Amino acid sequence: MAALIPGILQILLVFAALAISYRPLGDYMARVFTTTSHWRAERAIYRLGGINPDAEQGWRSYLRSLLWFTLVSLLLLYLIVRTQAFLPFSGGHTGLTPDQAWNTAVSFVTNTNWQSYSGEAAVGVTVQAVGLAVQNFLSAAVGLAVAVALFRGLARTGTAQLGNFWTDLVRGSVRILLPLSTVFAIVLLAGGVIQNLADPVTVHTLGGAVQHIPGGTVASQEAIKNLGTNGGGYFNANAAHPFENPSAWTNLLQVYLMLLIPVALTRTFGVMIGSKKHGYAILSAMGILYIGSLVGVVASELVNASGALHAAGAALEGKELRFGVIGSDLFAVSTTMTSTGATDAAHSSFTPLGGGLLVLNMVLGEISPGGVGSGMYGMLMIAILSVFIAGLMVGRTPEYLGKKIGPSQMKLASLAILVMPATVLIGTAIAFSLPSVRASLSTTGPHGLTELLYAFVSAANNNGSAFAGLSANTPVLNVMLGLVMLIGRFLPIILVLALASSFAEQRRVPDTAGTLPTHRPLFIGVMAGVALLVSALTFLPALALGPIAEALG
Amino acid sequence: MTTPTTETTSDPLGSTVSTSTTTSAKPSAAATARTSGGAFSLRQMVSSIPAALRKLDPRIMIKTPVMFLVEVGAAFTTVMAIISPSLFAWGIAIWLWLTVVFANLAEAVAEGRGRAQADTLRAARTTTTAARLDAGGHIEIVPATALRRDDRVRVRAGEVIPGDGDVIEGAATVDESAVTGESAPVIRESGGDRCAVTGGTRVLSDTIIVQITSEPGETFLDRMIALVEGATRQKTPNEIALNILLAVLTIIFLLVILNLQPLAIFSGARQSLIVLTALLVCLIPTTIGALLSAIGIAGMDRLVQRGVLARSGRAVEAAGDVSTLLLDKTGTITEGDRKTTGLLPVTGVSADDLARAARLSSLADETPEGRSVVTFAEERFPEQSAIAAPDEAEFVPFQAKTRMSAIVLPDGEKIVKGATNEVLAWVESHGGTVPADARTIADEVSAGGGTALVVATHTPENPARVLGVIRLSDIVKAGMPERFARLRAMGIRTVMITGDNRLTAQAIAAEAGVDDFLAEATPEDKLALIRREQEGGHLVAMTGDGTNDAPALAQADVGVAMNTGTSAAKEAGNMVDLDSDPTKLIEIVEIGKQLLITRGALTTFSIANDVAKYFAVIPAMFVAAFPGLAALNIMGLHSPESAILSAVIFNALVIIVLIPLALRGVRYRPQAAAKLLGHNLLVFGVGGLIIPFLGIKVIDLILTLIPGLN
Repeated sequence: MAALIPGILQILLVFAALAISYRPLGDYMARVFTTTSHWRAERAIYRLGGINPDAEQGWRSYLRSLLWFTLVSLLLLYLIVRTQAFLPFSGGHTGLTPDQAWNTAVSFVTNTNWQSYSGEAAVGVTVQAVGLAVQNFLSAAVGLAVAVALFRGLARTGTAQLGNFWTDLVRGSVRILLPLSTVFAIVLLAGGVIQNLADPVTVHTLGGAVQHIPGGTVASQEAIKNLGTNGGGYFNANAAHPFENPSAWTNLLQVYLMLLIPVALTRTFGVMIGSKKHGYAILSAMGILYIGSLVGVVASELVNASGALHAAGAALEGKELRFGVIGSDLFAVSTTMTSTGATDAAHSSFTPLGGGLLVLNMVLGEISPGGVGSGMYGMLMIAILSVFIAGLMVGRTPEYLGKKIGPSQMKLASLAILVMPATVLIGTAIAFSLPSVRASLSTTGPHGLTELLYAFVSAANNNGSAFAGLSANTPVLNVMLGLVMLIGRFLPIILVLALASSFAEQRRVPDTAGTLPTHRPLFIGVMAGVALLVSALTFLPALALGPIAEALG
Repeated sequence: MTTPTTETTSDPLGSTVSTSTTTSAKPSAAATARTSGGAFSLRQMVSSIPAALRKLDPRIMIKTPVMFLVEVGAAFTTVMAIISPSLFAWGIAIWLWLTVVFANLAEAVAEGRGRAQADTLRAARTTTTAARLDAGGHIEIVPATALRRDDRVRVRAGEVIPGDGDVIEGAATVDESAVTGESAPVIRESGGDRCAVTGGTRVLSDTIIVQITSEPGETFLDRMIALVEGATRQKTPNEIALNILLAVLTIIFLLVILNLQPLAIFSGARQSLIVLTALLVCLIPTTIGALLSAIGIAGMDRLVQRGVLARSGRAVEAAGDVSTLLLDKTGTITEGDRKTTGLLPVTGVSADDLARAARLSSLADETPEGRSVVTFAEERFPEQSAIAAPDEAEFVPFQAKTRMSAIVLPDGEKIVKGATNEVLAWVESHGGTVPADARTIADEVSAGGGTALVVATHTPENPARVLGVIRLSDIVKAGMPERFARLRAMGIRTVMITGDNRLTAQAIAAEAGVDDFLAEATPEDKLALIRREQEGGHLVAMTGDGTNDAPALAQADVGVAMNTGTSAAKEAGNMVDLDSDPTKLIEIVEIGKQLLITRGALTTFSIANDVAKYFAVIPAMFVAAFPGLAALNIMGLHSPESAILSAVIFNALVIIVLIPLALRGVRYRPQAAAKLLGHNLLVFGVGGLIIPFLGIKVIDLILTLIPGLN
């Protein structure tokens, strides 16, 4: 219990830092996506790509650009990881097998960063820096672009235009992700994160054992890994590795970085739709879910009535002592709620309920605050669903921000929400039926069930964290999880862009006393409740057989 | 809106419903029909059972995918129960069938009420022949169904008008009770706004020539029958959207169940297919799925009970969304006729002189205003009543062009009465001078909400002179400001439409408490105002009766035509008010809102219910494999079998319990949206979480009394 006060102070420190950056960053991002002027560097990129940056695109065109860009990225990354053996600075690593290369390429292009490979053991500097890190930027920028297109759809009236994908992509990368990650890479460097091109150093320990100490371009990747809610660690141990995350305060910084853009994006939303209070409302709903989960996880990790955990005072297994229980909990909750998927502790070692809550965090759909861009549009789908149910109860056909939720909007929004549960449920149903997959589990019973469930939930939500224990590098799992990641990312994007367009085409219904206020506490509660209810109702049976059975067993 | 006329024999059930609930003393058929909605009774439910059973036909069920899935589940569990019978298996199978039957019952009851109304309407459609005039004016007797648009028919006293049309020759009194429920006859005459006649109504006196305006099977009566029967019922946009949500939820839960078995097998707790089916039915939104169409039918029914026929459910839904209400001043906000409330002489003229002139000029004036001048003058100046108008007096009636009326007395004195500008101009053109206070008085009258009529006189020997002003005032109907305040609380802006000038309109608008007004309005202005409001994203509702209202009625999102209005107006609007009461718009809006609220409330309730069902079913399913899960059995249910059966039974019974609510609608009190949401969320959201815990527990307690279930 003595750990409680400093732990809470750590949490408050992160919240305070987020509060300070909220307005400036949110307003800045709104300007980035609304200004009409281009930077010289950007003009150069547009010229190179033969792009007219001022040409507006309808949703189909916007989507086509996005999908082509993704396809090319996917092929390029696949090629890079396959041909690693022939690339410079590969540190003697060979290319990945086709199924693992597929899984890895999809994983980084979908902003998931599920790692079926083991960082230092499988990939060298070139793949890390030229392949993976580049996608860390670009996949996050794609997420931002989709969110911004939806904002425009809600803000505009009587048009089919949603902006220009290429402009959004370039600006998101050049004006937001690059500067921020540069600054924070330097901060991390100062905090002790390594950054070099050195070959592994082999040392003989005092005990006489031989140890290979790896080097690498870690700091530069660490910043964008968190900032872009990517989560793919340079090393297999991810943020638990001292070269990635040396101290308690770099740990806090990484938590801050994960939350930074998703949180500030609610401000951007408020500014771009011309109603900042709606930005606050979305943030509040996200906050309720986030804080609720954090309290739950901390409580279940600290409060233990019996056994070894009781003797230790807390669930310390699998956690780094330099971060402490609450520091690890904060990181775990943040990484599962932002779709980052970086880990500084073994989620598998959390108490059953704590681990179950981490799964629940992800099955909420990565909306609180979720991934860069994706969290925002995911939460807006929940807002639309909430408005549909609650809106009827005030005697009006539902509308959000003056836009009617008719049959076609409902179809798109509810399908967007359906994608993730459907993918997870079908995926796990198939996986549990395959003996080869069951063989990949480290254990049977509820804990084994959670391992596999976690993998599919993590992949479908583009989170990328692993529960540990599951041997994921099998052809079947590589292919299946790759598909799950792809579907989990791009089906919702397609639906969201179509929805954005259907909003943009509408007129705006003015607010009256008969309009359901969608920024007041009551509706914020409804949003949080609907998000929780939808995911809980969907995943309760699976959670009952996994974490809940383990906890109550 | 075209539907083939349903000629099926009337359903015996329908008539049973009708007789069992009819309490009206009104003799007319439609009035009887209108009251048949009313309270909901158990007998209605029992008498609808056969209809509910007929709806079990899968070809009908598939239209409600949620309930279709339940039916498939019921059939499946029945087969399973036959293969390996047990009390539990049969219990689940029977209750799943009951779930489907209860859902069908909800719809059957709602439709049964409509059918009873349709039967009485159909009785009115008795005419089989018509006297058609050919080009040469010869009469041939043809079946009424052979009448086409633009055919002309002759209808004599005592005959039934064979189809909808306009009177093009003659005038007659017509008994329209078959359609409106109003037994007092009305006058229908060629030309003007009273020319429309409805097929199925009866001419009481005189002979008229009617030009048919509808094709066979599309008459007003046909449409009305189809509407109340629900034959033309199409899903409204919001209903479709809600159905999509329900379908998606159903798919999710179907996947949950399909996913559960592999997980259960992995966990060493393979489930019986009956249990999985039971859980599926508990989870999918059966409550709202079962009641959704009944809610829609009942909403239309509530409108019919209030004498309003909506062309489509879409219009009813739009009524809930209305944010701007256009109301005609005269007859809606104010009493139909203006009354004289003052005689205001100009300086130098005695009140007596003015009263004499005003009265004389109005004696031959048969308009309500004219009569009110006479009444007022005689009340205030009793000595005047003795003076009769000289027989030789010549009366010049009011003309729209001159905007004056006049009387020329035998001695050559001419008294004129009319609009301020015109009369003052007349005085000046006849050698008179206008006194300084004449215009001031008239303006004050206007500013006070009255209409000024200036009275002037001119004798052969003297120049014309102004005598004074008659003040005609609109009488705002009682309770209007309260009604508008209520509308404001609902977020609806009221705009008063009037032909009066700005000053008058402003004063009346202030007195009545409307938010805005459109003065000196022409039909074009009205149309432009509607367009402007719609450009701003508002949904506009209005009433109208004249042919010149038709474009505006068509443009408005909710256009309510008065039944007394012209065919053009009725054709243009999307609702017809049989009582021709323009203030009914307010009720229509409330019914629209109530319909949407009921839908939302029951959806919320239905989804919230799932939580408790999980707490009943999940521990029951897995407690054998994981004894610790018994901790989730917070209701302390007796056994796994009784827990699952209780959840299924609750799921079925809740439909029956909610049928009256679905038909009656959730109570709607006009208030701000935020308050409304808070209240309904508490009742149906929180209530929906808690009630099933209690309900399932009670059912479980009862089930434990049944031996052999364990």
